[in-house]
Formats: sequence, C-alpha cells, structure tokens
Amino acid sequence: MAKKESTFTNMVLTLFLVALGASAAMGFVYELTRDGIAKAEAAKLDLAIKRVVPEFTNEPGKEFFKLTDTDGENLVFYIAKSDQDTIGYAIETYSKNAFGGMLRLLVGLRPDGTIHGVAVLEHKETPGLGTKMTEEPFQSQFPGKKYPPEVTVSVTKDRGDIDAITASTITSRAYCEAVDKAIKAFYSLNSDKGGAK
Amino acid sequence: MSQWKNITKGFVRENPVFVLFLGLCPTLGTTGSAINGIGMGLATTFVLVMSNGAISLFARFIPDKVRIPSYIVIIASFVTIVDLLMKAYANTPGPNGEPSLYDNLGLFIPLIVVNCIVLGRAEAFASKNSVFASLIDGLAIGLGFTFALFLLGSVREILGSGSIFNQKFIEGDGMLVFVLAPGAFLALGYLIAIMHIVKKRYTNS
Amino acid sequence: MEYILIIIGAVFVNNILLSQFLGICPFIGVSNKVDTAMGMAGAVTFVMVIATIVTYILQQYVLEPLGIGFMQTVSYILVIASLVQLVEIILKKVSPSLYQALGIFLPLITTNCAILGVALLTFQKEFNLLEGVVYAFANAIGFGLALVTFSGIREQLELADIPKGMKGVPIAFIIAGILAMAFMGFANIV
Repeated sequence: MAKKESTFTNMVLTLFLVALGASAAMGFVYELTRDGIAKAEAAKLDLAIKRVVPEFTNEPGKEFFKLTDTDGENLVFYIAKSDQDTIGYAIETYSKNAFGGMLRLLVGLRPDGTIHGVAVLEHKETPGLGTKMTEEPFQSQFPGKKYPPEVTVSVTKDRGDIDAITASTITSRAYCEAVDKAIKAFYSLNSDKGGAK
Repeated sequence: MSQWKNITKGFVRENPVFVLFLGLCPTLGTTGSAINGIGMGLATTFVLVMSNGAISLFARFIPDKVRIPSYIVIIASFVTIVDLLMKAYANTPGPNGEPSLYDNLGLFIPLIVVNCIVLGRAEAFASKNSVFASLIDGLAIGLGFTFALFLLGSVREILGSGSIFNQKFIEGDGMLVFVLAPGAFLALGYLIAIMHIVKKRYTNS
Repeated sequence: MEYILIIIGAVFVNNILLSQFLGICPFIGVSNKVDTAMGMAGAVTFVMVIATIVTYILQQYVLEPLGIGFMQTVSYILVIASLVQLVEIILKKVSPSLYQALGIFLPLITTNCAILGVALLTFQKEFNLLEGVVYAFANAIGFGLALVTFSGIREQLELADIPKGMKGVPIAFIIAGILAMAFMGFANIV
C-alpha cells in the first residue's frame, strides 16, 4: 500500500482519527484505574493516620471536618474512634517557613491534648539534613508530651523544649510551628464547644 | 542473530544516555536512588515499546506533513496511560511514610512525552520498520536507558547515602553531595568519561 | 513582595537547569558559544511565557469544566507544539531580524522539557495567571543565566588542557556540577 498523499482531507482525517483513537484509549484506562487511584490515595492517608493515633475501628479518612485558620488555610481534623468513643484526632497541619518552603504534617492528639504521634506528609527539605526530621531522635521528642494552651511548641534556642536537628534549625522551627498550629487549633475547637479541657 | 544484535545495541553501542546524550533530564532528575532510576527507566521503556509498536503499525496511513503531530499524540496517550497506571498501582508509601515511587518520580512521568529518545526512535526506526522489529527496538533502547539510570542511581545512592536499594551498609551519612543536584552532574560526567575510555580500549584491541 | 519571592526562588534557589534538571538537552547541546546560548535563551523566554499563558487558559476554561484533567499531558504538548510552529510563522512575517536570531532554535524547543515542565508546575503550584506569567518569566531568566554562564566557561575551556577521556561532554557535566554547587549557596535567601 502506497503512502497517503498529504492532501488537506487526508491530513484532517488522519489527525482526527489519531486523536479519536488516543482519547478512546485514555478514557478507557482512566475508567479502569479510577477505583485504583482513589484506593491508593485513601490508603496513603489511612497509613499516615494509623501512625499518629491509637488503634481505631472507624474510618477516619471519611470522618473529618475542616477548620480555616487566620491565613485562610485549612487544617483538617480526622476523627479516630474505637466503637463509639473518640480516641484521637489526626490533624493535618502545615508550615510555610521550612527550608524548602511548604511542610505538611499530620499531628495525632489524644482527646486530652497529649501528642500521640507526628508524621510528615509532604516536604521539600534537603536530603540528609532537614530530612532527619522523619527519623529518631528528633521524632521521638513529641509522642507523650502535653502542651497547655498558653505554651508554644518551640526549639530550645527559642526557649522551648525541643532539641533542634543539628544544622537544620529552620526545618526544626517550621516543624514545631506546624505542631503548635495543630495544638492551638485543637484547643480553640474545644473552648468553642465549651469543652472542659 | 540479527535480532540479538538489535537487543544488545541499547546497552553500549547505542546507549541513549552514555553515547547519544538523549533523555538527560529524567536521567539527572530521578536517579537519587537505584530504585527510582529503575522505576523511571521501566516507565519510559513501556512508552517506548508501545509507541514504537503503534507507530510502525499506523505509519503508512499517516500523511507525511502531519507525521510529527500524530506521533506526539500517540506518544502522549501512552504517557498518560503510564501515569494513570502508576498513580493507581505504584503509589504505596513505605512503612515509615517514605514517599511512593509515583511521588518520587513526580513531574518526570508526564515529561516522558518530551523525552527525545521516544520521538527519536519513532521517527528514525518505527516509521520505517516492521511492527516486530520496532517492538524489539523499543525494548532494547528502553532497557539500555533503564540500565543507564540504574547505574547512575546506584552510584549516587552508594556514595551519597551509603546504601543500595534502601539497604544501608554503612553507619551515618554518605557524601551528601551525590544525592543533591551537583552530584547528579558530577556522577554522570565521570560515568561518561569512563564509558569513553572503555570504548576506546575496546575498539583498539 | 510575593512576586519578588517567586522571581528569586525560580532564578537562583530552584534554578530550572541546575536544581530541577529541566531543559538539560539544550544546556549541553547549544552551550559551546555564548552567542548561540543567548539566542536559545531568548527563544525559550519567548515561548515559555506564551506557553504558560495559553496552557493556563486551556486548563481553566477547557480541561477543568469538562472534567478531563487526565488529558492534561496530551493537550499541553499539542498546544506547545502548535504554538512553536505558529510563533515561527508569525516571526518570519513580522520580524525577519528576530527570526534570524531565534529562528533556528524554535524547532528544538518543542522537545525542551523546560517548557512543558514549567507549564505543568504552574498548574501544580496553583498559581493564578499573573503569578504564572511571573514564574514562567523568572524561570526563563534562570535558564538564560545558567546557560550563558555555562557557555562562557565552555568557551574558555577550548584553551585548557583536559585529559583525553574527559574531553567534550564529560567535562561539561563536571562544570555543570560545580556550577550547581555554586547555585546551592543561594539556598538560604528566600
């Protein structure tokens, strides 16, 4: 079969057919993977929540509410329950002042405000320096601590009680700032409700 | 025999990275670790094989003047397909919350579409050869690319993190610079120089 | 203030060539002479800004209303490819002198991943149109800065005595590595 001539009709027809075939193929795969993608995203969040709150029996990924802070950003509260009792909150929080810009954390609090665990959701820190925030001993400074509403979570340089990562003070400060944001939001929520805590 | 030669060409003689200097952006951008390099290489290989096959199948129906746009659409569709598949099935974070392969490769997956290797093979090989030969060609060049990325990723991971495939073999940190941006350039520069010397020895003897 | 941060961030801190690895092919390919590097930088600036505007409009008014975000890659690359053709044709008619200077680089730009990369990043960073334009322009400047500096060094290199195995591309990469290290010094300023 001879090569098609480059006439106008031929060109338009070819491009149309190629685009049609391509769109059909993409649409098909999109439908095929839609469930998988949704599942993968949900599993990702679920895994992070599991690491920061006590063992739960509900689906915190589906039980959440949002709180808009003064900068217009959202803090998301995921509620972990065992049977009917609320056993903790996983709070998605952030700091814009990290070394690489945005830092997103998931802070797990027990109902009385004690930190259960902290997980890093998203960061752009320098490998080997700022990334030490995901490792011991920095990580283990948080679980089990309870900060009263009037105390700010901060590094020792700022008169706080968190030892900063060597050579990564900016990252450590941003980390503390994000944790502090979550705790403050937690308390403001409880006082709004007229809570006793 | 000729097919065998066709397969091996991608590794040394026509290695897209070390010899032809094509596809350098993902080569530098995704080789912070061996596993990322292999992941990127295989994603590109998939696109290469599929687009080579599709283009060799349809090439004779496509008028010359709209050849390039048609090829780009075909390649971009396969890239989108890889992107969707990886988003669904290569998107599980590690046990300690390490980012998933999909998150690590990030922007470089959609950018496969502008990888000169893919369009280059479509134009230079697939449009003129049989479907079978084009599939083999795509596989050969793709695996050669994967090999290059794996090599560079391993070197950078061993020197930079003191680990291979995430298995640490020394305590503490490695030479951090190799994981960071400058190390990508340095490591690739030295690898190409070594390739030059090896090739020269090989052709002399 | 926000815009200044975007500019400094894109030109120095996250330089598109030296820290994001986008557009490496022309970085190695057309950096032998300062003149050609300047031409390439000009062409990239031109196309990058226009491409970012057009893809932004496409994203906002076509892809999102129709809910076909997964066709982003295909539609972006098609728009960029046709845009480059269009710019080439218009430039030829309107300003032959500018075409003389930039023309030969234009066909190379379609497969320059910096263009598609910046268009995609503008979407990912959720910039508005003005921020997107500033971001694209700053990235183009960063691209030009790194490319011209690099080609200046490579011109001098012609006179240097380099070990045989390192000649050509290998030494270019080593220099790029050292340049990237220098740019890492900017890391603190934003």
